[in-house]
Amino acid sequence: MSRLVSVSLVFLACASLDVRGANYPAALDALGRPATSEEIRAWDIDVRPDFQGLPPGSGSVAGGETLWLERCANCHGDFGDSNAFFTPIALGNVTEEDIESGRVAALRDPAVVRTTFMKVATLSTLWDYINRAMPWNAPKSLTTDEVYAVLAYLLNLAYIVDYDFVLSNDNISEVQQRMPNRNGMTREHGLWTASGRPDVIGSACVTDCAVGTSITSYLPDYAMDAHGNLQEQMRDYGPFPGIQTEPDKASAAPRGGSGEEGDAPLLLLSQSGCIGCHQVGKSLVGPAFDDIRERYAGRKASAYLAEKIREGGQGVWGNAVMPPMRQLDAKAVMALANWLSGQ
Amino acid sequence: MELPSDALGGQGRLRQAPESFLSHELVTAISSDGVNSERRGLLRGALAAALVATSARAIAGDGGDPDIVRLPEWSRSLGKPVASNPYGQPSIYEANIVRRQSPGLTQTDQASVAFTPLQNLFGSITPSGLHFERHHQGWVDIDPRRHRLMINGLVAQPLVFTLEDLLRMPSVSRMHFLECGANTAQEWGNSAVPTVQYSHGMLSGSEWTGVPLSLLLERAGYDRTAAYLLAEGADGSSMTRTISMESALEDALVAYGQNGEMLRPEQGYPLRLVVPGLQGVSWVKWLRRLEVGDKPYATKDEASHYVDLMPNGQLRQYAAIQEAKSVITAPSGGQKLLKHGYYCITGLAWSGRGAVRKVEISVDGGRNWREARLEGSPQSKMLTRFNFDWVWQGESALLQSRVHDSTGYIQPQRAQLVAARGTRSIYHNNAIQTWRVGETGEVDNVQVG
Ligand code: HEC
Ligand code: HEC
Repeated sequence: MSRLVSVSLVFLACASLDVRGANYPAALDALGRPATSEEIRAWDIDVRPDFQGLPPGSGSVAGGETLWLERCANCHGDFGDSNAFFTPIALGNVTEEDIESGRVAALRDPAVVRTTFMKVATLSTLWDYINRAMPWNAPKSLTTDEVYAVLAYLLNLAYIVDYDFVLSNDNISEVQQRMPNRNGMTREHGLWTASGRPDVIGSACVTDCAVGTSITSYLPDYAMDAHGNLQEQMRDYGPFPGIQTEPDKASAAPRGGSGEEGDAPLLLLSQSGCIGCHQVGKSLVGPAFDDIRERYAGRKASAYLAEKIREGGQGVWGNAVMPPMRQLDAKAVMALANWLSGQ
Repeated sequence: MELPSDALGGQGRLRQAPESFLSHELVTAISSDGVNSERRGLLRGALAAALVATSARAIAGDGGDPDIVRLPEWSRSLGKPVASNPYGQPSIYEANIVRRQSPGLTQTDQASVAFTPLQNLFGSITPSGLHFERHHQGWVDIDPRRHRLMINGLVAQPLVFTLEDLLRMPSVSRMHFLECGANTAQEWGNSAVPTVQYSHGMLSGSEWTGVPLSLLLERAGYDRTAAYLLAEGADGSSMTRTISMESALEDALVAYGQNGEMLRPEQGYPLRLVVPGLQGVSWVKWLRRLEVGDKPYATKDEASHYVDLMPNGQLRQYAAIQEAKSVITAPSGGQKLLKHGYYCITGLAWSGRGAVRKVEISVDGGRNWREARLEGSPQSKMLTRFNFDWVWQGESALLQSRVHDSTGYIQPQRAQLVAARGTRSIYHNNAIQTWRVGETGEVDNVQVG
């Protein structure tokens, strides 16, 4: 009943709609169809803080370590401590007292780099996220047991479990009781809904207001320059043209836009997920594309490189692993291989 | 405001091209080997000189302005045919006005931001192609025929919708702002970025078209006691966010349209959640699933990020509302005023709790305030453009704007926010912004206290 009432309310608000009395909501009910249980199983993958939604399974720290080194360490570092791609996941900074109290003391210290394990209160968050989104370049490629295993390894890096630990759906709530910042969140603030109460409100003063007007911070010249030439970032006629600042070669290019990187198929590279590990001019996780091009110039290496892009591998440039990129279509792989080999 | 009688004297005269006050030698030197700091000093000198010589040089020689006297080529030739650009493009002269990344802000290009060039936009609608981008795992272009929306959880009947289903349903179009929770994050500690594009450019205003979320929830028979909704994307990150049922039922949309066309892929084509007043990360793109629940979900971006760190080490979780904020978009950091005389100070104001009621401007760092004119009648949870007449006579000035919203809330000074929340909370920095106009006319980003 109440359902009927509020549906027709929406229609009243929708002036262009010809409301045809009480039979209209029923007609609307013909749009959409029931979801099957298999469909719900396929998509309903979220895991809540109370572990509702967690599939059964298990994984050991040792198994997780192997997986981590193969599939995650490239970007996050062997010990989850790298900030080459993202903020560190674990770095120390969490003490046995924190684990006791459930509050990470170092969060009060501005000098300390904040890691994932210093902040996250709920272990479900990490299970859910790794399962849905990691590895970054091949999300949803881990099996359930593999998610347990890499998470077990991360918990070991954060000193929450021992090296011989096996994480499973049976013991995960006990491990939750050792999450270092499990009591560190607050919902005491007014920002959850529009009706919430603000914590800080400005002044309504309009004349001779008692405010400090001395300059407490401004951008030094090098910082003005760090965003490239501002003159080229503004409309160059009209009342407010941009100030000419010093173009800094390394940072001035509007990355992902202006073709500063020569003939590189930048869009294809970034859409194919290569730019995460490779840059054109400098080596990151993988070698610089310029170096790859130099190495294979004149060697008719297209077929070899296409195979390497598809299947991944290691050892040619060092110990880091290039993951298989099988999600790319054959045309994109060939285009990339041809560009890299100069063919 | 009363304008002095000579204030509009500069109006209608030709403005110099910005480089025309540079000597020929300097221009050649710059284009052959870039600008070094010595030359930058010279440039500043040249600018000052140009300001002194400001007025009567406009009409060159005896015959008048060559762009009038000698008809330009576009007046003497046949133009291009229709549909030469089947999807129209801006003028080639507007090539500077693009989305840009802030160097060093993120380590990768897929978990990154490209900012909207607010300094050069008008009105309150952001062109879809200039709408800022913020992705966590790159963007995807989804085949709409293969896209589905599922509603499950605490509902009488879990449902699946195709795009066709949704496009057949009754739709609404509403104007709303979209601001990333981390907009202006770099400025918590000190002035950090040179222009309004980088300081406030994770902000947009659009007309969104779609199906009211309340209608879809009704259709599925949602549990009236459920207080939460999980929204989930279809991209690699499958971004998830917890939405309050209060927001979901009040004015949220499952949107497919933006500014009259389908959403851009970077904005979630073919479906995104529109949750007016909430921070951008909650407007889940490439929306594939909505789950009704009785508890919040503590997803990665509400447990490790998008949590606001307080000085006592506590993290504010589920902080989603964007409180009232305003910023002067021109003149703003990195711009310069070439002449003395009349200027229109312009900018944007918005509130995640309601409509803009009033905007005030200070040109003396917050000591004295006068009301700005608002364009049109302010709409709830939408950008409002404000304008303010100002005469600049070469004095240094500290420009600020301050918004009041329909709940009575007033935008705070930076010092007030920092006193309550410290400088490490990253998100929800809605402090009053200060732009300093120097005696040379150069504008920069400063903080006062
Ligand atoms: C190609 C680089 C890459 C690889 C490989 C990778 N990650 Fe990530 N990871 C990232 C990036 C980038 C982010 C941040 C994404 C964002 O901005 O939302 C991230 C985020 C995370 C986070 C969340 C951290 C936080 O505090 O929010 C976890 C946990 C994580 N990754 C675990 C893993 C695991 C486990 C693997 C291996 C199975 C893995 N990652 C492989 C790049 C990578
Ligand atoms: C997770 C990080 C990662 C990603 C993503 C990645 N690569 Fe690599 N890539 C590497 C590493 C590490 C190496 C070095 C491997 C070695 O030493 O054999 C490498 C090597 C290469 C090589 C040189 C191969 C050789 O044998 O000399 C090519 C070509 C290459 N990558 C292309 C690509 C392309 C194209 C993409 C995107 C489709 C891509 N890579 C994505 C990490 C990555």
